[in-house]
Amino acid sequence: MEYFLELFFGGLTRGSIYALIALGYTMVYGIIELINFAHGEIYMIGAFTALIAASALALAGMSGWSLLILAGIVAMIYSAAYGFTLEKIAYKPLRTAPRLSPLISAIGMSIFLQNYVLLAQTSDFMSFPALIEEFPFMEDVTFMRSSELVIFVTTVVATTLLTVFIRFTRMGRAMRAVAQDKTMAMLLGVNVNRVISVTFVIGSALAAVGGVLISSHIGQINFYIGFIAGIKAFTAAVLGGIGSIPGAVLGGMVLGWTESFATGYVSSDYEDVFAFGLLVFILIFRPAGILGRTTSEKV
Amino acid sequence: MAIAWKSLTRRAGGEVARSLLAAVWFMFLTFPIMVIKVSPLDKTIEWRWMRMVYVGVGAFFLSFVWRYLLERKETGPDKGEAGSWQKRVGARIRTDRRVFIPLLAAVGAFVLVFPLLFSSYQTSIMITALMYVMLGLGLNIVVGLAGLLDLGYVAFYAVGAYFYALMNHHFGIGFWVALPLAGLLAATFGILLGFPVLRLRGDYLAIVTLGFGEIIRLILENWNEFSFGPSGIAGISRPFTFGFTLTLEEHTIYLYYIMIGLVLFTILVVGRLRNSRIGRAWIALREDEIACQAMGIDKTRTKLMAFALGATWAGFVGCILAAKTTFINPASFTFMESAIILSIVVLGGMGSIVGVIVGAFVLILLPEYLRAFSEYRMLAFGAAMVLIMVFRPQGIISGIRQRYEFHAQTGEGAQP
Repeated sequence: MEYFLELFFGGLTRGSIYALIALGYTMVYGIIELINFAHGEIYMIGAFTALIAASALALAGMSGWSLLILAGIVAMIYSAAYGFTLEKIAYKPLRTAPRLSPLISAIGMSIFLQNYVLLAQTSDFMSFPALIEEFPFMEDVTFMRSSELVIFVTTVVATTLLTVFIRFTRMGRAMRAVAQDKTMAMLLGVNVNRVISVTFVIGSALAAVGGVLISSHIGQINFYIGFIAGIKAFTAAVLGGIGSIPGAVLGGMVLGWTESFATGYVSSDYEDVFAFGLLVFILIFRPAGILGRTTSEKV
Repeated sequence: MAIAWKSLTRRAGGEVARSLLAAVWFMFLTFPIMVIKVSPLDKTIEWRWMRMVYVGVGAFFLSFVWRYLLERKETGPDKGEAGSWQKRVGARIRTDRRVFIPLLAAVGAFVLVFPLLFSSYQTSIMITALMYVMLGLGLNIVVGLAGLLDLGYVAFYAVGAYFYALMNHHFGIGFWVALPLAGLLAATFGILLGFPVLRLRGDYLAIVTLGFGEIIRLILENWNEFSFGPSGIAGISRPFTFGFTLTLEEHTIYLYYIMIGLVLFTILVVGRLRNSRIGRAWIALREDEIACQAMGIDKTRTKLMAFALGATWAGFVGCILAAKTTFINPASFTFMESAIILSIVVLGGMGSIVGVIVGAFVLILLPEYLRAFSEYRMLAFGAAMVLIMVFRPQGIISGIRQRYEFHAQTGEGAQP
């Protein structure tokens, strides 16, 4: 039972991170129907920026929660800036191009950003400071760590805020309109370019939150973490139904638990195989995902 | 006059201001990752301010180039001119026998004497480049002609390599027997992968093939009893030499000629395929799937053919890789390998045979000879993929479309 709970909360933690990254995929896909292949790299850059900011701030004498929050905010700002710039450079000029073009440009961006961090920083694993402090009341709990609690709560809060934003604000309404019909939204006076930029900014900032939290939880990062995390988060988004926000969260959790229990009870060597296998399986049997609607392509 | 001058200066001022803004923005953007380097162990920070200056200056000038190119692409007055210039040279080479035959003879002669003129090391690099030519041409069938973005192409490469390595290890099967079988096996894998993903649209297909490639690699890495795990398989036989005993150097030269033969074979087959019934069906499928189905093309069969025929070449090259290096392990078959092959196809020109050959030589030979820059290789590949997609989606050398023109005077059609 103890082991089961450990795996359960481990899966919940992974799932939360996948969900945070998957939200970015799902929002971008919902609006411009593009798989933002470089999204995993944005997450990685968020983690690196947080590491750098946290180290610099720690030297300046900061510690504790304020350090986590400040480093997290810096990471969010930078990830958002990278996401914004990425869209302007690699996707905006290709908005009317054939579907394959922005996808290839996204892969190019992903390779570029990975190697940019590799060359500017290091190819080795860097140890990431444990920014999340242990709660005193969690001392007796053996199956769950404080950081896991923080990660889960943050994910719930972030998703709730995002849902409120999309449902009740002016910008949120514009986003829903653009997702439904870009041309019509434009005709009705919605600034589509701005909506797309805002989508990238929000999605990237959420990925940064995930990056900071999981890096602090695991304790090390390198330039390659974005690739695997990106594919898995994409799997989560597809699993839940791409374009749907609750779907991304649900998909993240399902994937997190699948991985956690499969590695715990079956074999830890094939951790990634389970995720990719699940992705292939879902795409073949229910390409619309758990919460997604099947849409037929219009001529 | 004065007004024109004023508007000109204002415009120039605007351009400079925008470039300055871009410079400041990129300096801000790259600040933490480029400038600061922390070492968590001894808790020190290294500030590399000079890099910020480089980024600023670079972004300032590149911003001008970027906007100029973007504007030119949108208005496109020069585009036709540059295109026609290239087209003229291309057409001249293809149609004028006085140019074409000597050129072909010169290239052929150079290719034949290459290993005699250059060292074994150079020949070995050339073999690698030729291998990528084959891989590029194979992937070109799937991506360039059929328009199916396959990011797991390396899986078929691995299938070919491991097939030969394992067959050789367990049963002592030779290269020449394994080569066609490796191609066949890879084609089978292509169909096996193709079946489930047929219904998927372009971007889903990309991710699934990527996942498939990773699964194959992870299995090879972890299933120790089958594939000997991460340590790989060593001592694979070189190609059978029909009774001659060759030194290592002669083996390289031998393999070089094998490669030349195989590349010629590939070019011939892929060229014929492209202009065949199935090749035209691929191109039609790439352009518009629904219209294509309405015209009565069997989508399933056509796509599966593309997967199978594309994978075959990867199987061949995998077999050659195993024979060339006599050692393989799963580390040779990462996603980066797929990305390199994809960038060859994209940069060279999707759908164009000459383009892919040029792309392979540029991307493989350039980093070999510019050793100092080789660590920037992947950075440059990534950037080039973005830039090519934004500014020149047809690649360095665009594919020539078979065109049928109607001539009213003579009443004759069909002119290539």
